[in-house]
Amino acid sequence: MELLKIQHIEKYYGNKSSLTKAIDDLSFSVEKGEFVAIMGASGSGKTTLLNCISTIDRVTAGHIYLEDTDITALKGRQLGRFRREKLGFIFQDFNLLDTLTAYENIALALSIQKKPAPQIDQAVKTVAQQLGITEVLKKYPYQMSGGQKQRVASARAIVTEPKLVLADEPTGALDSKSAKMLLERFRYLNTEHSATIMMVTHDSFTASYASRVIFIKDGKIFNEISRGDDSRKQFFDKIIDVVTLLGGDVNDAL
Amino acid sequence: MLCKLSFSNIRRSLRDYAIYFFTLMIGVAVFYVFNAVSDQVAMTRVDSDTREIARFLGIAISSTSVFVAGVLGLLIVYASRFLMKRRNNEFALYLMLGMTKGKISAILLLETVLIGIGSLAAGLLLGVGLSQVMSALVVSLFEADMSAYHFMVSGTAILKTIIYFAVMYLVVMLFNSAVVSRFKLIDLMQSGKKSEQIKLKNPWVCVIVFVLAAAMLGTAYYMVGWRFTHLSGRKFVLCIAAGLAATFLIFWSVSGMLLRVIMSMKKVYYKGLNSFTFRQISSKVNTMVFSMTVICIMLFVTICSLSAAFSLRNSMNRNFKENCPADYELSEYLDEPYEELDVLAEAQAIGFDVTKYSDDCVHFSTYGDENFTFEGFCGKHFEELMDTFTAVNGGIREQVIGIDDYNALMKVFGRETIELGEGEYVLACNFKGIEKIRNEVLEDGAPITVFGTALSPKYDECKHGFIDISAQPSNMGLFIVPQFVVEGQTPMADFVIGNFSASDEAGKKAADQEIRSLYAEKIKGGLSPFSVSSIGGYFGFTTKQEISSGAIGLGAIATFLGLYIGLVFLIACGAILALKELSESVDSIGRYEMIRKIGADESEITRSLFRQTGIFFLLPLVLACIHSVFGMKFAVYFLEVFGTDRIASSIAATSVILLLIYGGYFLVTYLCSKNIIRSKR
Repeated sequence: MELLKIQHIEKYYGNKSSLTKAIDDLSFSVEKGEFVAIMGASGSGKTTLLNCISTIDRVTAGHIYLEDTDITALKGRQLGRFRREKLGFIFQDFNLLDTLTAYENIALALSIQKKPAPQIDQAVKTVAQQLGITEVLKKYPYQMSGGQKQRVASARAIVTEPKLVLADEPTGALDSKSAKMLLERFRYLNTEHSATIMMVTHDSFTASYASRVIFIKDGKIFNEISRGDDSRKQFFDKIIDVVTLLGGDVNDAL
Repeated sequence: MLCKLSFSNIRRSLRDYAIYFFTLMIGVAVFYVFNAVSDQVAMTRVDSDTREIARFLGIAISSTSVFVAGVLGLLIVYASRFLMKRRNNEFALYLMLGMTKGKISAILLLETVLIGIGSLAAGLLLGVGLSQVMSALVVSLFEADMSAYHFMVSGTAILKTIIYFAVMYLVVMLFNSAVVSRFKLIDLMQSGKKSEQIKLKNPWVCVIVFVLAAAMLGTAYYMVGWRFTHLSGRKFVLCIAAGLAATFLIFWSVSGMLLRVIMSMKKVYYKGLNSFTFRQISSKVNTMVFSMTVICIMLFVTICSLSAAFSLRNSMNRNFKENCPADYELSEYLDEPYEELDVLAEAQAIGFDVTKYSDDCVHFSTYGDENFTFEGFCGKHFEELMDTFTAVNGGIREQVIGIDDYNALMKVFGRETIELGEGEYVLACNFKGIEKIRNEVLEDGAPITVFGTALSPKYDECKHGFIDISAQPSNMGLFIVPQFVVEGQTPMADFVIGNFSASDEAGKKAADQEIRSLYAEKIKGGLSPFSVSSIGGYFGFTTKQEISSGAIGLGAIATFLGLYIGLVFLIACGAILALKELSESVDSIGRYEMIRKIGADESEITRSLFRQTGIFFLLPLVLACIHSVFGMKFAVYFLEVFGTDRIASSIAATSVILLLIYGGYFLVTYLCSKNIIRSKR
């Protein structure tokens, strides 16, 4: 079943004299329960794409459907409601509120949805267990390691049971061990809880955890590969091949 | 190049500098307006009494200005240091690019000069405008003629403002250079990256400290509010110190407790953005305990000084109308009775004949019985009196007047006469504290014996009567007895009280001028109101005009000084809070952005911001209001002499000013913050 459907979207920046096409007629769709990675070099338009899907930014043309809702047509209060009920966000720099404890950070996502306090408590504890952060719940962000912070951020993103989890370079600020641990958790959430995850990255290793990788170059889809029955290592090698094809821009990848 | 950099720096950080500039501008304007007042007064009326008051007002405002300059100076230094801290990354970049510290100092110097000149010019312009509005107040306070007024600019006030502020800016420059010379590149670079460390205070320590502070405050309140009569100077200072310390401790503990309490209420804490809102408030208050204390105290001083000043001014006018119903009074008081006491004859003998100007006048004497003293009358209540009025002399003879003389005086005053039976007396008294005690005595019956005649009181309370015309109720006690009681006794004081013959205001004024210059010329001691007479008594001569000028002057000076200090303090409080709140908002842009991303509605974010700003501004105000309740109780005791009946309207006027300025700062801060955190899209 198609969860997310992107139809011929375009995003232009600037004015007539100097027009930048960040996204240029892009179309694809994501199935329910898929773990998709979007890859591309800096400036390829992948973050813009994510911003458009998350309604942080507006498309210049085209439509984005989540289930049957055209999210490009949402306005004002509907936007906030859409974000808090349908989406979960994970950012490169964690984006946790430094004034709140881990527990409160996760709880905030639920309290914004006006969930009653006892239900919040239950949900936070469950998700903390799944992501292995029960022992850091009382800590503040400054007392946690990068990996812990990112897992707390992930917990906050999935605690609301969103239709779609959007991750923007989730491993970007992590060391390789923490990154691996986080990605294992993503895979766990994807397989065990059938969470639909869409992840933007320029790191082939990170992308190799996904079930499908979409490559973007200059705002257009350049290539697309599915993992199928390959092992993660084999899939990683395939990704590297495409990256090489894509050009020198992404040779900072593993 | 440096110049260009300075200019663009100011333009770029306009958001941060707006409140700073705004505050400087208002500071300059207020400074000018008040320093121009005495010039304005001198312009409205060329009467010599008013001139004298204007001169005195000028001196009072000048000396207050030194203090005000100190407060504003501290505020400016605080604000500029605060703004500099926000620019650490920028300075780090300059140093990285190889700019010397001297150059950075030069940039800052140039910026200060630019802002200084800009704010001075804008402030003076605003001040000149505002001072025209102020003239309305001047006219009403001095009951002057508005038509005599025209647009004016006070050169001396402008010069003074420029000099004072130039000195303040100079201090800021020196301060900035000192700060720059101590810069360390590594600290500057890392200053923005340090994430906030949240340390929750131990809740039990907070509770204990809070209880302790509350107890301290309670004691101080009790001492100042109820036991003020027992306060020695040292104890009073101790009370103030306790109040200050307690204020600090309360903010310290409340900042810790508030959050704990709300956190324990899970239903409230985990509702919408509440957890975020309260964490924000708590962290703000936590880092500002000292500033909050200072702000709270300044608000307290403002509320008290404004209320007291307005109350004084209100009472002054009312009291004057009440207590000065005749045009002039010539009197002579003696320590001992004297057979040939006749103030009129004595004055006429030296060529000072008041009756020449006045047909409507009375000449009478009052008496004193050495066996009828103040202490004797009060009896057992005297001890109680000594508690409040430590300087009272109990051996002083009570003042006694015959009913016929009194009624004749009442006719001159245009007041109701009184009836008296054979064995009765009436006690007239209007001096608040004494009146209370005397009433208690009268309730007990209070039979008296004067010159061998036994009398009982007609009323069981004091009547509001008096002999001496004055600006406020000051009669401590006058016994009105049947005329036969004083017949043939030796007088202790002699009076001539009357109205000028002239029928119109101008005529009365002319007579007043003439008679006063005559008095100055003829009576030994010249202009001094009390001069020793040839028989060793104390001559007293005063006129309505003289009393009126004094009363108006005192009321006006109180109002101006109260307003001056109050306004400056309010500006300072508002500015500190606004600066802190705005910079906090800039620091929190990321947080709001994140909350928006996880789907909070804009209206909820706005509400959260409103609550944060509101609580932040309210916290010091609430405590200051509580302080003021007790502070005013104390002030009322001292103001009692002048009357404090209309204290409510004074407090209302104070509230309006507070609401306008403090509320204005709140509103501007809230709107600016809202603008700062608004999503860029």
